[in-house]
Amino acid sequence: MKLKNYLLFGLAAATMTASFQACKPKGAGSAVSGDAAQRTYIPPGQHDEFYNFVSGGFSGQMSVYGLPSGRLFRVIPVFSVDPEKGWGFSEETKPMLQTSHGFVPWDDLHHIEASFTDGMPDGKWMFANSNNTPRLARINLQTFRTDEIIEIPNTGGNHCSPFTTENSEYVIAATRFSVPPDGEGDVPIDSYKENFKGHISFVSVDKQTGEFDISFQLKTPGLNFDLSSAGKGVSNGWLFMSCYNSEQAHTLLEVNSSKNDKDFILAINWKKAEEYIKAGKGKKQNNVRYAHNKWDEHTHTAKHEIKTEVTVLDVTEFEDLAYLIPCPKSPHGTDVSPTGEFIVGSGKLAALIPVFSFDKLQKAISAKDFESELYDGIPVVKYESALHGEVQKPGLGPLHTEFDDKGNAYTSFFVSSEVVKWNINTLEILDRQPTFYSVGHLMVAGGNAKKPFGKYLVAYNKITKDRFLPTGPELCHSAQLFDISGDKMELLLDFPTIGEPHYAQALPADLIKERSLQIYDINANKHPHKTNGESEARVERNGNIVRVYMTTIRSHLTPDVIEGIQLGDEVYFHVTNLEQDWDMPHGFAIKGANNSELLIMPGETTTLKWVPDRVGIFPFYCTDFCSALHQEMTGYARVSAQGSNVPVKYYTGEKTE
Amino acid sequence: MIQRIKCTPVAEYICKVKFTINRNKYITHSIMKKLITLVIIGFFLYACSSNSNNDQQTKRSFPEEKARTSDANTYDPKRGEGKFDAVEISDQLDAKMAKEGETIANLKCASCHKYTDERLVGPGWAGVSKKHKPEWLMNFITNPDPMIDKDPELQAQLELCLVRMPNQNLSDADARSIVEFMRQLDGVK
Repeated sequence: MKLKNYLLFGLAAATMTASFQACKPKGAGSAVSGDAAQRTYIPPGQHDEFYNFVSGGFSGQMSVYGLPSGRLFRVIPVFSVDPEKGWGFSEETKPMLQTSHGFVPWDDLHHIEASFTDGMPDGKWMFANSNNTPRLARINLQTFRTDEIIEIPNTGGNHCSPFTTENSEYVIAATRFSVPPDGEGDVPIDSYKENFKGHISFVSVDKQTGEFDISFQLKTPGLNFDLSSAGKGVSNGWLFMSCYNSEQAHTLLEVNSSKNDKDFILAINWKKAEEYIKAGKGKKQNNVRYAHNKWDEHTHTAKHEIKTEVTVLDVTEFEDLAYLIPCPKSPHGTDVSPTGEFIVGSGKLAALIPVFSFDKLQKAISAKDFESELYDGIPVVKYESALHGEVQKPGLGPLHTEFDDKGNAYTSFFVSSEVVKWNINTLEILDRQPTFYSVGHLMVAGGNAKKPFGKYLVAYNKITKDRFLPTGPELCHSAQLFDISGDKMELLLDFPTIGEPHYAQALPADLIKERSLQIYDINANKHPHKTNGESEARVERNGNIVRVYMTTIRSHLTPDVIEGIQLGDEVYFHVTNLEQDWDMPHGFAIKGANNSELLIMPGETTTLKWVPDRVGIFPFYCTDFCSALHQEMTGYARVSAQGSNVPVKYYTGEKTE
Repeated sequence: MIQRIKCTPVAEYICKVKFTINRNKYITHSIMKKLITLVIIGFFLYACSSNSNNDQQTKRSFPEEKARTSDANTYDPKRGEGKFDAVEISDQLDAKMAKEGETIANLKCASCHKYTDERLVGPGWAGVSKKHKPEWLMNFITNPDPMIDKDPELQAQLELCLVRMPNQNLSDADARSIVEFMRQLDGVK
């Protein structure tokens, strides 16, 4: 018996030891290794290692996953309405989606980037851009809500965004579809070369509050800006942007903007631009109109305003502001290495990857080692003078590059459907793994930071085909998780995503989870229509405006009997959730409302507008299961004919005559 | 929405197993069982070892967590469970404090409790300050979930009301003021 015990104990010790061995690098092979399931399995009740913030593309939203499990935790509404959360439907959130074009209920959220301090994600905010009606958004990582949206004037297709500088001094927005400046738009479209301009916006971010302000815009020739990456470390103070359509074509771009052998990476000395702005060299442009929408955390309400001025600097009027670096065949991703020394251009139609050196670029600029002709007034640095080297035969259709913590780069290839790992210094290809299918963006945890976290890479694929159970003609886009801690990349997991995931960020869970807000303090609630306890619940009529001051708590609504509403009235349900416990939202919905539900967080006040369309009794109820008596959390509103003599009356539980 | 169950059974079980091995007082058969468990846990840890830190994952940060871990056997139904041990109460009422308590109660408690003996969602408050010690009341209103799980009277109450009393995030001072208001309702001058 005793011997048996010792043997068992030995076996126990051995398995414990083996558990540490499991972290060691694994061998090659594109097949999923045997323990992949274990390495992505997070036991029930336990937490993931990383938050993965993923762009929702044409859904307009941002999603939050856990890594390595690939579990979806939340979809944060940003640029599109979300009836589940009342986003864009409650009176408080409607102003967030206002633009100079009026209320815009949808957009195409392309990229996201974390706020940075000293080149590292600081866990405060995520930034996101919308491509269609050009805007920038700031998402609060304490509340997981969108706190601010600003529209970008003079811009069409804000694709080259929301990439930020080393300390998030600025978030960048830039035009992908060059257009004439605002107010000068009624021109023939074939006058593109003459009248169409690119604009690059530098939107400052307040260190404390995060508030946006368009500090200045740089006006450029009518290039199409695609993606950008700010310098860091040695290259801090510079911004690198890929631009295609150096042909300045305005029709059949598929052919006409792919003619030139090389397009450009535009290098901007933004510290210099700051100096010129400070020196008053910028021109005020007053014919712009753009929305600036801010969430007020005290009143739980968004405020919308229209701004009418922006300061513009024309880069062609200054010789030391912007330089073009030739880059083969319609560059897409422009990615700066962790040290800031290397700039990787991914010509999406090219068969090689050029890697530029910041040091060589600076030397070429001081030596004026330029092509003989300016491009529309901007000096063009000689390709070889800025080149560190080329990655030869990497694959077909390079798009984006991210970096790990060991001096390696990872580039996605759309056409050849693979991720390729290569060494930044030697430019030697180290590994390649297929993706299923046609990867677009890819992300390494911290892969755009000064000190990447490494460990995981996620490929965000454009084509799904047979990877999941079929769901009719439309399929979710698939994400694929790779372990990159070893010499070879190992595929661990496929997981579905929402919309079209463009860029993503992964932040260590500890950076965020301790600060995550649990409730809104009801004593700090400064909503003008807050109901301060059930004794203040009431119905007030003012002309045809009826305001219901309603409270919720497990499990009743107060008042739950409402009479005296008439046809022709506009009814506002101002619902205050009196709960002060985490994970205790209540919902509110009323029959026939041309609106969504409300979802009211503990301590919050939220408003639903309802215009009754007929006489009768309208049930309302709590939509979010809250307790064993949730089903009983209901009430009735009576609507009478216009001019009826039914008095305003309300109560819960007993009549107050 | 369903109430969360906050505990980390695996971690607790590992601790218990280790503990029993150290004590070495269990019969051999039992030890064998534990060892087999340990082997299984070893495999389990192996499975999880790619997501770095189990310690991090089991660490909880919520303030009420500490108060929740006590054993049902050691539960003191007179004191309740929470941070309050012996609350000193004067024979006389602190009228100012009672007034503060009333304001807080109107906002956070009155939705479910009447100040009479009539039941609404929860029981009426008449007599409650005489029935319970102040520390029990303060522990309950600041730490309701663990007490509902253990307190025999609260469990009986739950069968009647079917709604668990919510945690209304009251500060220590809030809780004390509410007790003073309850005393006022019960006639303390």
